[in-house]
Amino acid sequence: MYQTTYHRPSSVDEAVALFGKSSEAKFLAGGQTLLPVMKQRLAAPSDVIDLGKIKELQGVELSGDVLTIKAGTTYFDIMQNADVKKAIPAIAYLTSVLGDPAVRYRGTIGGSIANNDPAADYPAALLALGATVKTNKRSISAEDFFQGLFTTALEDGEIITAVSFPVPAKAGYEKMRHPASRFALTAVFVAQTKSGEIRVAATGASQSGVMRVGAIEAALKANWSPSALDNVSIPASGLLADIHGTAEYRANLVKVMAQRAVAAAG
Amino acid sequence: MGVEGIGARVVRKEDKRFITGKGRYVDDIKLQGMTHAHFIRSPHAHAKVKKIDSSAALKMPGVVAVLTGQEIVDDKVGNLICGWAITSKDGSPMKMGAWPAMAPETVRFVGQAVAVVIADSKNLARDAAEAVVVDYEELPAVADIHAAIKGGAPQLHPEAPGNQVYDWVIGDEGATDAAFAKAANVVKLDVTNNRLAPNAMEPRAAIADYDAAEEHFTLYTTSQNPHVARLVLSAFYNIAPEHKLRVIAPDVGGGFGSKIFIYPEEMVALWASKKVGRPVKWTGDRTEAFLTDAHGRDHVTHAEMAFDANNKITGLKVKTYANFGAYMSLFSSSVPTYLYATLLSGQYNIPAIHAEVVGVYTNTTPVDAYRGAGRPEASYLIERLMETAARQLKVDPAQLRRTNFITQFPHQTPVIMAYDTGDFNASLDAAMKAIDYAGFAARKAKAKADGKLRGIGVSCYIEACGIAPSKAVGSLGAGVGLWESAEVRVNPVGTIEILTGSHSHGQGHETTFCQLVAERLGVPISQVSIVHGDTDKVQFGMGTYGSRSAAVGLTAILKAMEKMESKAKKIAAHALEASEGDIVIENGEFKVAGTDKAIAFPMVALAAYTAHNLPDGMEPGLKESAFYDPSNFTFPAGAYICELEVDPGTGKTSFVNFVAADDFGRLINPMIVEGQVHGGLAQGIGQALLEHAIYDANGQPVTASFMDYSMPRADDLPSFNLSHTTTLCPGNPLGIKGCGEAGAIGASAAVINAITDAIGKNNLEMPATPDRVWRTIHAA
Repeated sequence: MYQTTYHRPSSVDEAVALFGKSSEAKFLAGGQTLLPVMKQRLAAPSDVIDLGKIKELQGVELSGDVLTIKAGTTYFDIMQNADVKKAIPAIAYLTSVLGDPAVRYRGTIGGSIANNDPAADYPAALLALGATVKTNKRSISAEDFFQGLFTTALEDGEIITAVSFPVPAKAGYEKMRHPASRFALTAVFVAQTKSGEIRVAATGASQSGVMRVGAIEAALKANWSPSALDNVSIPASGLLADIHGTAEYRANLVKVMAQRAVAAAG
Repeated sequence: MGVEGIGARVVRKEDKRFITGKGRYVDDIKLQGMTHAHFIRSPHAHAKVKKIDSSAALKMPGVVAVLTGQEIVDDKVGNLICGWAITSKDGSPMKMGAWPAMAPETVRFVGQAVAVVIADSKNLARDAAEAVVVDYEELPAVADIHAAIKGGAPQLHPEAPGNQVYDWVIGDEGATDAAFAKAANVVKLDVTNNRLAPNAMEPRAAIADYDAAEEHFTLYTTSQNPHVARLVLSAFYNIAPEHKLRVIAPDVGGGFGSKIFIYPEEMVALWASKKVGRPVKWTGDRTEAFLTDAHGRDHVTHAEMAFDANNKITGLKVKTYANFGAYMSLFSSSVPTYLYATLLSGQYNIPAIHAEVVGVYTNTTPVDAYRGAGRPEASYLIERLMETAARQLKVDPAQLRRTNFITQFPHQTPVIMAYDTGDFNASLDAAMKAIDYAGFAARKAKAKADGKLRGIGVSCYIEACGIAPSKAVGSLGAGVGLWESAEVRVNPVGTIEILTGSHSHGQGHETTFCQLVAERLGVPISQVSIVHGDTDKVQFGMGTYGSRSAAVGLTAILKAMEKMESKAKKIAAHALEASEGDIVIENGEFKVAGTDKAIAFPMVALAAYTAHNLPDGMEPGLKESAFYDPSNFTFPAGAYICELEVDPGTGKTSFVNFVAADDFGRLINPMIVEGQVHGGLAQGIGQALLEHAIYDANGQPVTASFMDYSMPRADDLPSFNLSHTTTLCPGNPLGIKGCGEAGAIGASAAVINAITDAIGKNNLEMPATPDRVWRTIHAA
């Protein structure tokens, strides 16, 4: 690791001010990506601003049909939270298959979506549920927030404060775990909103990061059942291919995971 | 058997320090004035080193030195050696490419060191390494075996035309051809044995400390065999004469073969510590482990098996290409030859075998022994062939094995090995009963109704362990003898120290070796300590690998114990005024048989050291040593059966059951044996389903971190159902065969046989990843 200066602000405003004063600062959330990258000397921030002790970034609130998860809430706390389990159990399930226990104790939802790894779990949930990302400056729809591999709508120094999820009528998540990293080799989140809209998002599949899957949404709109997807064919073009999965295999997984997610959603 | 004697499930003595974080590994050691080394490694698979400019690095804070490959050559540090000479079929010796500890002019794999920075801290050394400018001229590289042997392929070593290390044969080609000419059926199979990265939990590390006044070196290193390290460093690398070099291997966190070898980093640390006049520490990180720890396996094989009309095997032909990587590692030459082809008879009566092995250089990390070393490759090949044959001949795979089992012992195979004992039907019976083999068809039908493809796979393995009879291996080209030494030191108050040339790096010797003493003397194991891993303490030893520590190392201890007991009995008889022949040892006492006359062992020990009243002519003291050289290999064997389900939608495999029935001869501590089998099975299943060290066509490693290289995790594995069917090994007095490698040898074939049974297609390479299985299911 290169030399860096560590800061631990106690408020979002203080964190933003610190960022403004540094040349090459990075916000540190759970550190499950940034710290390994720094240890490998692949990142060299002049300053690391730890958001982990900011109280206003912690917690879960359920208000009517909106579940709000503060950005600094750890995976473990999300997975255990009674409101999450009650309102959107698919999010609790997604979190339980994210990484391993050590990752879940430290990683946060804000850190995950800010990093926008193309195989991360949460982006699929946000996109399928039509979530809103709240920052210290504005609200951003999930569609607008995720902008491709490791790219988001966040501006320099902008901090995610929370994610608001409209509580769906039904939702389900199924994941084929990457055998080495335990990210998603491909995973699919399916949701039926209370207004009847069908939204399906796949992660780990596309070369452009998390994506909506229109063909599956259309089939499920006609018939919300796993068998409705039997004749759907997902094209392999534009999908990721590596030593753990060909593009054709990932195309198959998009369909199979979607079918199983629908079954899980009920 | 006492409560802590042979056969007792004694809790491991060493675990208190390991579990409480008090283990003392090389990286835990800090010496006064210690410097830190960081190696500058080639990013290219094949390149000329044109120039190394360290001027900027030398001006950086805390930098002590930047040393290059040319300097280590100029100082006449020897090139790395290969300790087993193999002769090609044309009579020519194997073709060794020169391997200097750091490359002066040519790098041949990604990760090969060209220079080292020595600095006051690890981080300063790493900072400075980034300022060293190495000018490379890239050369064409080759990573794949088939590509490397093609005409026009990039050439690695001028010493080895065509990238060929050797072309070696074993067996009777004429007899084998004759068997095939008469065969009723011939079964053919092409298999690849995937390359693995060993990934011991503790990365390799070394601290070298040169004492200029004494002209003496101390090396702390992660070694499975510190005495062999000292021997090689002294005899071949010109570091120091043996009496001026102490090698200490303290607690070592796993080896699996990868810590047998003496690596460039230890050599450089020793050489550099003298050059800079301060201790030098190097601790590898995980990426360096992936790039530089010797890899395992990497064979491509075509095999054919001939059967008569009664499904009896009449002949076996094998041609294997073995990837050596860029250089010949210490025991690499023996792995695909004498540790592989000599096991090609498996558990079967095969009258004629002929095997040819071509060793091939490629621009990849050197390949050497990894848990099982040659024997997993042999067992996998034979057991895949047997399964293929059963499918082709339409007979039950278990029955086909029984039809061909060796049942008479000793049995001389056509490929050197003489099996001493075994009962292959007994282990297969036990495994089939444990898994309810007869009920499988009904379970498969039920799984099918649930949309799952269920399969069952058998693997009947045999291995040659207890490595090894020195005369035999010497006649086959080994550069060392493979006996073991032991010393029993009884202290004046009766506590006992056992000095052994074996080395424990996870095996639990501090417990099992004490159990032998408890068995012999009836003393608690708390009165016994095991001393190992330090060339200044233990006279000599060959170390731990090849499932040899119990069969060879513990037998050496037994021999030393017998000498000690013989002297102690004389002392006891003298004190008790009895005849030596009447003395028996029970519960820590030396008794006159059939009387109540007895003397406690500590009093015998005290008498030996006070020497006030010893038999006439007896020397004082109670300390004996022994060197034990086995008369044959040992032959652990067993039957593994795996039942699993494949999800046709994803290709993912889920275990239903995995049973292992092993014959390890006598068990010293069944709990530790079970732990060894569990770990071995995890590695064998890891090879079958997950692990693969991959290079791209240009020799760039694709799997150099745990983000890409899939290690088996607990939730990838089933609960194992273990049992033992024991035939005692006649070759050593304790009847021990060894258990360290069996799981890794037998498991892979059981898994692949089960998956291919489930999906109804015979050809499937390892690792059987979900993607590969899914594509195989859906292939036309």
